[in-house]
Amino acid sequence: MGTLYEDIIDCGGEIFGEEHLATLRECVQCGKCTGGCPSGRNTALRTRKLMQMALLDMREEIFNSPELWFCSTCYTCYERCPKGVKVTDVIRTIRNLAAKEGHMSVPHRMIGVYVMKTGHAVPIGPDQMKLREAVGLDSQPPTAQKHKDQLEQVQAIFKATHYDAMIDFDWGTMTLKGMDKGGKK
Amino acid sequence: MSEESKTYAYFLGCITPNRYPGIESATKKILKEFGVETEEMIGASCCPAPGVFGSFDMHTWLPVAARNLAIAEEMDLDIVVTCNGCYGSLQEADHLLRGNPKLKEETNKILGEFGREFKGTTKVNHSIVVLHDVIGLDRLKEKITKPMNDVNVAVHYGCHFLKPSEVRGHGSSETPYILEDLMQVTGAKTPEYKDKLMCCGAGGGNRTADAVQSLEWMRQKLVSAIEAGCDCMVHPCAFCHLQLDRGQEEMEKAYGIFLNFPILFATQFIGLAMGMSEKEVGLDQQVTKMPDKLLK
Repeated sequence: MGTLYEDIIDCGGEIFGEEHLATLRECVQCGKCTGGCPSGRNTALRTRKLMQMALLDMREEIFNSPELWFCSTCYTCYERCPKGVKVTDVIRTIRNLAAKEGHMSVPHRMIGVYVMKTGHAVPIGPDQMKLREAVGLDSQPPTAQKHKDQLEQVQAIFKATHYDAMIDFDWGTMTLKGMDKGGKK
Repeated sequence: MSEESKTYAYFLGCITPNRYPGIESATKKILKEFGVETEEMIGASCCPAPGVFGSFDMHTWLPVAARNLAIAEEMDLDIVVTCNGCYGSLQEADHLLRGNPKLKEETNKILGEFGREFKGTTKVNHSIVVLHDVIGLDRLKEKITKPMNDVNVAVHYGCHFLKPSEVRGHGSSETPYILEDLMQVTGAKTPEYKDKLMCCGAGGGNRTADAVQSLEWMRQKLVSAIEAGCDCMVHPCAFCHLQLDRGQEEMEKAYGIFLNFPILFATQFIGLAMGMSEKEVGLDQQVTKMPDKLLK
């Protein structure tokens, strides 16, 4: 584990390329990100502050800030940054690092449960099948939820990348470990 | 403008088929009306949501998206979507994998375990871009049988349709035009309103992190459209649809205010203007009710 900046470059760099994340270094604290942020006008999220905290290696403070999760990834700051900082991808990468270290809420972990169980973050149920029939569609779409062999491919990906371990998924009960104890780690 | 028939692999995602099937039926019917066919992608999964899974673990997000792209590649078809989340996720994954051979190799190692491979041979299209650019405004206009002349539409793009603009390629995200063009073809007007470019509030796990807070963004957006004299909101995103329509019911529970501001996916609105019934495009299944002037 290096500094937070180094970890951002390592983790996000593998996906976006290191130079993409290294734009963080260009931040001049002008605040244009914060000024146009739809979350910032309603929540305590201050994007400028987040960028500075990342550069100052304030790992624990960032990982423990609820505001980190109030970015909707709308990319307004990303589009407008006069220094070309790829803000949204920096935030997503910080979230990846936080999640790896266990800073992930139960509702967020549950989204992974739905996908591992059904192939879909928003699965279909009997009531929705009736809605489909009412507009003249087959009651169930031919997606991963319908085809077990296809769902197994999706599950294989979550196993290969150890996403199951990251959220404490239990393949026996097909939900989070310790859900009977409130699902806390 | 191509007159020859074209077939797309329809990537359904989650919310379109599993919550708002009217979006699926309207889109299929309109495309078919213009000789554009859609084929089902057997075994497609969640895209997976770019701001959600991209926020949790990009190393899982990418191979799941690549698997979906590979299904369309096996069909030898380009993809069409009805959700900005799917659009963002699949297009971004395709863009990243095409530009990074090492990433592609690592991703294909995972897909290879079950005999699939990402090659980079499909193209990810949004359904409303197909309407605008492939079918074209002239042909669309010929099929408008119920003009929406007295309707003021608040257009809502959602975020991932336009941004990041360097990947999406629909011009400046500050001055979009595709939805305005499509609405104006039906005869509707598209007044400017204060929060036109604002996010619906749902993305990035924000709706899951704090639902009531996320509904407040939605409330501000809807109120600003109502203040500008708009009759309804039209958008290109199934996930925004969930937030903007179902969210109004949730807002009633949280604040005791029910705005009943009509929310329509673009193809549902265009479907009505082409003479389809409210029932055919699933608008009778929603939380928000359609006013008579949209159904006349």
